[in-house]
Amino acid sequence: MSIFVDKKTRLVVQGITGRDGSFHTAQMIKYGTNVVAGVTPGRGGKEVEGVPVFNAVAEAVQKTEANTSVIFVPAKFAPDAIYESADAGIKLIVCISEGIPAIELVKVVAYVEDKDCRLIGPNSPGVVSAGEAKVGILPGHIFKKGSVGVVSRSGTLTYEIVDHITKSGLGQSTCLGIGGDPVIGTKFIECLELFAEDGETEAVVLVGEIGGRDEQDAAVYVKEHFNKPVFGFIVGKTAPPGKRMGHAGAIIAGTAGTAAEKIKAFEENGIRVGETPADVARLLKEKLG
Amino acid sequence: MKVHEYQAKEIFKRFGIQTPKEKMCRTVEEVVEASKEIGIPCVIKAQVMVGGRGKAGGIKIAKNDTEVVEYAEAILGMDIKGISVKKVLVSEAVDIGSEAYLGIIVDRTEKKTVVMACKEGGVEIEEIARKKPEAIYKVYADSLLGLLPYKAREIGLFLYDDPKVAFECASIAAKLYTLFINLDSSLAEINPLVWDKSGRLIALDAKINFDDNGLFRHPDVEGMRDRESEDENELNAREKDLSYVRLTGNIGCVVNGAGLAMATMDLVKHFGGEPANFLDIGGSSSPEKVMNALEILLRDRNVKVIFFNIFGGITRCDDVANGILEAKKKLSIKQPIVARLTGTNEDKAMEILKEAGLIFANSMDDGAKKAIELLK
Repeated sequence: MSIFVDKKTRLVVQGITGRDGSFHTAQMIKYGTNVVAGVTPGRGGKEVEGVPVFNAVAEAVQKTEANTSVIFVPAKFAPDAIYESADAGIKLIVCISEGIPAIELVKVVAYVEDKDCRLIGPNSPGVVSAGEAKVGILPGHIFKKGSVGVVSRSGTLTYEIVDHITKSGLGQSTCLGIGGDPVIGTKFIECLELFAEDGETEAVVLVGEIGGRDEQDAAVYVKEHFNKPVFGFIVGKTAPPGKRMGHAGAIIAGTAGTAAEKIKAFEENGIRVGETPADVARLLKEKLG
Repeated sequence: MKVHEYQAKEIFKRFGIQTPKEKMCRTVEEVVEASKEIGIPCVIKAQVMVGGRGKAGGIKIAKNDTEVVEYAEAILGMDIKGISVKKVLVSEAVDIGSEAYLGIIVDRTEKKTVVMACKEGGVEIEEIARKKPEAIYKVYADSLLGLLPYKAREIGLFLYDDPKVAFECASIAAKLYTLFINLDSSLAEINPLVWDKSGRLIALDAKINFDDNGLFRHPDVEGMRDRESEDENELNAREKDLSYVRLTGNIGCVVNGAGLAMATMDLVKHFGGEPANFLDIGGSSSPEKVMNALEILLRDRNVKVIFFNIFGGITRCDDVANGILEAKKKLSIKQPIVARLTGTNEDKAMEILKEAGLIFANSMDDGAKKAIELLK
């Protein structure tokens, strides 16, 4: 088992004919993901990496029974791509696109929540269930099938931590980036709820950063409802207040959303916090052996 | 992106929110001229984008011609939290009846736009949120329908007992919401909203921040950017599509990805060093991007060592390596470079860089330690 994506995933790639879309389609297929369709309006009838391209998601769903979509279109067109997938009956939308205005995201999230559909991201590196499927841009070679679930607000930092976990001899169940934007479809708590039910996952790593209070909320949830060991890592201890650190959501507003505040919330609620990425893997190894 | 009070008020006026009679001035002469137009007494307000300008002496009420000159001279050129005052706003002295707070932000937790009101105006809302959160009244806008009129009235009726004033306030809340949505704001704030003794409901101060992700569709807002008040390096970086924030240390960091870039800064600090910057070169980094990054980094004269921390995914290590080589040639870099390059095409990168005189690190920890060691 695993969460979000697995062997039953039938993926449609929105923006498949673009530079990133086509490159990552090849990578996802190479990992063993069942990529059944691509969509680029106006390019229907073509093929990319042997995958048929359609003009609309509804048509792709009808002809290929796609149940999951991944979005590689520019930020300007990404909200429309999400609406289209949600209306076409897609159950899981993973949005890689970065740079969507927050006000659009408020609408997008409300629209999607009204359907029987989940949005991961935007500004997400994607989801990997080790040995099952890879949806997004995470590099496949760093993963090894195992029992650690990883949820993160970032991309390359997730790779760094996953790499340490793999090199320590442990492996992963599912790893995902929930996205670096202030408004996102799926948060830490929803991932934890699914990891709680997942038989394969024995421990979870939460990788957070400055800005907002999702980590603090997740910490309380862990203490009250979550029975598996959880480890944490928070970045931005050296970030100055009021400055956006790359991610639109990584900003200390006044005095709220600091790394110190999040680390404290983790520790007070029974989440061991690693000092460095290597330290996180060491803590996991101590616990899981 | 932030704008000055006088710019925020220009926007307020465009959306029909009443502001005091006022004028932006750059010189003492202009202030004297404006005071004649606006009338004495008048208020002279420093235009800087930091809080606490009142406490710093940046806001004064001039009661006669002598004071106008005296305060204009004092405030123009004044240093407030390290920022030199270049502009002031000369404003009519409003006869304050009561002060309230009205503001709009996106609530990240609720994933909704929220209108906040408080009967105490002129105080920082954060401080109130900390000390007595129950004093803040919140109304959430419907994400698809917007701020419904009855909800705007709810805000008005919370702030004012007189229905006439309450409904006028509701109309201001609705206008502020329209402004917030139409201009992709991340904060729109009237603090204080003043009910003056002549019965007007006006915005005595104004603050608008904009979502950087929305700026592409508001060139007029982008045009309001005060380039003088921003770090030149940060501006240059933005134009080159790099994310850079200047810090005070001496280890220059070049990283791919925002999370890893923050982790690298933290790690440098953890091992006893001081990071000079946050710098994310992004995903698919061409050699040119690496070159631009180094150019920006080296403008900071505090940088004594450069630390590359690259975890290749979409970013190819050989692209980064080629960028480093090229930059070494063109920019005549004297600082030692510590390179930790792992992931996609790392072998090719090593081949490219083997004669380049770099110090290689086999992990993030190793790289940070080596960079710190070089400073000793």
